[in-house]
Amino acid sequence: MMRTPLAVRFLQATPKSGWLALAVFAALTFVVLPLLHLAVPPESPLHVSTYVITLAGKIMCYAIVAVAMDLIWGYAGILSLGHGLFFALGGYAFGMYLMRQIGRDGSYQSDLPDFMVFLDWKELPWYWAGSDSFLWALFLVVAVPGLVAFVFGFFAFRSRIKDVYFSIITQALTFAAMLLFFRNETGFGGNNGFTDFKRILGFPITSPEMRVILFALSAALLMATLLIGRYLVVSKFGRVLAAIRDAESRTMFLGYNPLWYKLSIWTFSAILCGLAGALYVPQVGIINPSEMSPANSIEIAIWTAVGGRGTLVGPVIGAALVNLSKSFFTQTFPDYWLFFLGALFVAVTLWLPDGVAGLWKRWRATK
Amino acid sequence: MTAFAENRHDQEWLGGVSIGHVKQSDAVDLSHKVILYLEGISVSFDGFKALNNLNLAIDAGELRCIIGPNGAGKTTMMDVITGKTRPDEGRCFFGQTIDLTKLSEAEIAHAGIGRKFQKPTIFENLTVFENVELALKMDKRARKSLFAWLSDEQRDKISDTLKLIHLAEQADRPAGLLSHGQKQWLEIGMLLAQDPKLLLLDEPVAGMTDDETARTGELFKSLAGQHSLVVVEHDMAFIAQLGGKVTVLHEGAVLAEGDLATVQNDERVIEVYLGR
Amino acid sequence: MRHLLIALFCWLSLSAQAAVDPALLRQLASEESDDKIAAIQAIAADASPEALQVLQSLADGTLAAPDGGEIVLNNRIRSVLANALAGLRLFDASAAVRLAAAKELQTGAGLDMAPLLEKALAQESDAKIKALLAAAHAQANLASPDSSARLAAVKALGEFASPSARNLLLPLTKEEGEADVAVRAAAKEALKAAERRLALGEALGSAFTGLSLGSILLLAALGLAITYGVMGVINMAHGELLMIGAYATYAVQSLFRNYLPGFVDAYVLAAIPVAFFAAAAVGILLERTVIRHLYGRPLETLLATWGLSLILIQAARVLFGAQNVELANPAWMSGGVEPMPGLVLPWNRIAIVAFSLFVLLLVWLLMNRTRLGMFVRAVTQNRPMAGCVGVHTAKIDTLAFGLGAGIAGLGGVALSQIANVGPDMGQGYIVDSFMVVVLGGVGQLAGAVWAALGLGVVTKFLEGWAGAVIAKIVVLVFIIVFIQKRPQGLFALKGRFVE
Repeated sequence: MMRTPLAVRFLQATPKSGWLALAVFAALTFVVLPLLHLAVPPESPLHVSTYVITLAGKIMCYAIVAVAMDLIWGYAGILSLGHGLFFALGGYAFGMYLMRQIGRDGSYQSDLPDFMVFLDWKELPWYWAGSDSFLWALFLVVAVPGLVAFVFGFFAFRSRIKDVYFSIITQALTFAAMLLFFRNETGFGGNNGFTDFKRILGFPITSPEMRVILFALSAALLMATLLIGRYLVVSKFGRVLAAIRDAESRTMFLGYNPLWYKLSIWTFSAILCGLAGALYVPQVGIINPSEMSPANSIEIAIWTAVGGRGTLVGPVIGAALVNLSKSFFTQTFPDYWLFFLGALFVAVTLWLPDGVAGLWKRWRATK
Repeated sequence: MTAFAENRHDQEWLGGVSIGHVKQSDAVDLSHKVILYLEGISVSFDGFKALNNLNLAIDAGELRCIIGPNGAGKTTMMDVITGKTRPDEGRCFFGQTIDLTKLSEAEIAHAGIGRKFQKPTIFENLTVFENVELALKMDKRARKSLFAWLSDEQRDKISDTLKLIHLAEQADRPAGLLSHGQKQWLEIGMLLAQDPKLLLLDEPVAGMTDDETARTGELFKSLAGQHSLVVVEHDMAFIAQLGGKVTVLHEGAVLAEGDLATVQNDERVIEVYLGR
Repeated sequence: MRHLLIALFCWLSLSAQAAVDPALLRQLASEESDDKIAAIQAIAADASPEALQVLQSLADGTLAAPDGGEIVLNNRIRSVLANALAGLRLFDASAAVRLAAAKELQTGAGLDMAPLLEKALAQESDAKIKALLAAAHAQANLASPDSSARLAAVKALGEFASPSARNLLLPLTKEEGEADVAVRAAAKEALKAAERRLALGEALGSAFTGLSLGSILLLAALGLAITYGVMGVINMAHGELLMIGAYATYAVQSLFRNYLPGFVDAYVLAAIPVAFFAAAAVGILLERTVIRHLYGRPLETLLATWGLSLILIQAARVLFGAQNVELANPAWMSGGVEPMPGLVLPWNRIAIVAFSLFVLLLVWLLMNRTRLGMFVRAVTQNRPMAGCVGVHTAKIDTLAFGLGAGIAGLGGVALSQIANVGPDMGQGYIVDSFMVVVLGGVGQLAGAVWAALGLGVVTKFLEGWAGAVIAKIVVLVFIIVFIQKRPQGLFALKGRFVE
């Protein structure tokens, strides 16, 4: 029996235009933009400013989250209203490391993070153990959101909680976590969270080189997310997910146990969010419990919806469009941002269920 | 027997949590020539007795028809067999050894019971081909599905099934676009690809043309012997065509059993169907 | 005018002095504080109206010493004086004055007051005042050198479950505080009894607060339960309908203040229909324009209604400002009743509990005794069938949604009486009211009632025990665990139609 290697199958299953787009994106984010930022002098019209690099890096982190959301919502039919929690957990896990990297450069010149000195704590709580290690931080970034998602998902999916019920329970979950993190006693800086970061691996965090590295890493993670997502979607795993989404009981009577399918994609999605959060925090320089607010999580769903559920590129576009609009509105017409966002929610669900990607497909079909 | 014991072990390493994988095997113990036993099954919903001390035995290779007025408990019986509903009382065995009341839906499917729903349920957004592919007998664990690409034999098997159910031409169309009768066929095809020992068919010919119905009847008759079939139907002509033993359910219990002619002449059955 | 007044006061004090022993009056002007105090106590023991007048004018600073000089008072003397005055007022003809005086004497009544209190106790007829007097009397007697009097006092104090009684008893359980063994033992007993009663009072108090929180949750969740039952729609803007009800109440209050200042206390009553119809109108508008087009797509409805909630919040900010608006309880809702010492039930919370029970009764009648209710239930149970037998399902949807929204508006009225009214107020209740629906089961009124009240009471108890945040987290975790066991909620519909 001849078996085609998986990689070749995967290459064949993805259109050429997709690979081309990916290559262009890689060239832009790995070479062109970094060069324009670092090598071109600021006076030149070709210079890319720090603001643009940071904004683009931030939006790529959001895009990863949007794709992660799409994997569970668009492909498996599970709408999470608590994905902000996993994003924030990843951010906090890496934020602990960043806080330790401040060293004695904080306002109190203590080995402890400033907020602990302020609370009159004498030593680090046990769960901060090892937080000065970069590798341990990376492990936590993956393990904490992954474990929370796994345990929560295991119980939720096992009792067949689904649809609206599941969505609401996830909202309650992130709400509860937000309340927990708001407490000073929890040991994560209360409502101020973590900020005033100084270094990563000893290198200054605000230097242009570090910014470009974080930016390129975000791009790399986004591309990896898209590739893995693509693989999942074209594999049999993806088809079973779609089957569970469309007729869950039928898949059970065919001999599939939806629990493990849902749990795998759910946990994977949460881990992606955690990684995105870990890249996001050093770029924006702050993480606080408001990242866990239900409103933030539900906004993720709208990025995905605007771009187009059930496609992988759609969520990337959606995350970019919504967040660029947000930057525009909050600077120019701050009073109208919520009106716009609210109207966007309504308009997309009413008239644009397949999002921008759907529009594009329809336009291609008529041509 | 041994193989089955192994399966139980397989589940228990996760603390009794079903991991959805009972190895498809020839573990069904048919030593007494009976493939399905229902013994004293009762199910009640908020005081309403959907099944009331139901007793039923299906022989291996048998083609059994179940009839009964609405609310007689036919669908609930199927739910009990396939693990969707747990009985309040009674025992439900597949072969001599497999206690169906202790398994999950997926495990029951793996043990070798396939079910077609009253309303055709297929995956509307997947193609006809993919629908059959998902049904195909194979390792159905999530981990394996990540690297499961179809072998040539499997492709052939799918093509054969599609030909058998006259949907070869439609292979790449989304299943949602099929006609009602075609959807029924597709679901039957999925059942065949699953290759179960026991097929439960809930109103399989509803919405089919006479021609399609006749072809379905032939198909079922050809399956009997190799497989055991339980067909729930209202269409008496179709039941006559199938020609197997007929069981009449009424108010959650067996009212009469025998060949079609005997059952049709039974006083109580006439009373139930014609009203008092 | 001023001279006249002074003259009047002089005359009053002179005439009062006439009946009081002049020797005592002279002693009042003595240099020694102890002498003054003894004089005050001696005058007070007389318990005559004249004595009261003398002491009152002494307290007011209008009493002149017999030599015409000023009588200097220090803090110690003032407190003795205040107690003496209160003791004298115990014989006032007005029960209200006597009550106030008895309350005043609950702290710091010394042994010297004991005979006075005994006298007052003997002639008091009002049970409430009598109880207070007994407490004061027992407290005064604690300092008695006679151990049998102390014993009686300790036993009596055990009956009073006030925190002050507990504090008085505590030192007596120790050897340093009380020499007599029998009294010490009795004090221990009494302390236990007092603590039990106190704990009971506290428990009843938080149960009641929980009940009132539960009533608000109930009003919020009733509407949700109806709309989710009928249409399978989870309305994320439901909390904002609550907010609309609260702002409607605010608007009515402003109107009353400006145009009907004499009837300001009635504004809450007038706000009830206004809030109901305002919220119902907005609800119907939302249903007609948006939600109707999303039937059968519950997840999209979730998002669309979230969008609507953002718009409503921002609209409230633009119209009323981002700050909380100020709402005053009507006079008849302020204060509270005290059914037992240490347990105060505020009127506004009592009103809220009663109001939600009333609304619940109305909804129950509406659902079970009217044609509309029958249609709503029919659509809830089997929409296609209801449509087949001629129920205008679309119209029922709109009406049911309006009803649910209106009830949320009523919840807003209730909420405005105990919480801040601001644009974001609805957000805080939305998670809780969903939890009620999840816990109670879909479309089940009985489930919603038990779940709301239960959640309210449990939350308040946990708050008392572990703080608000932990309480909230524990409740959420509990619900997540609970629906593991009963995914259909407390009151599930079972049957073949349940997927």
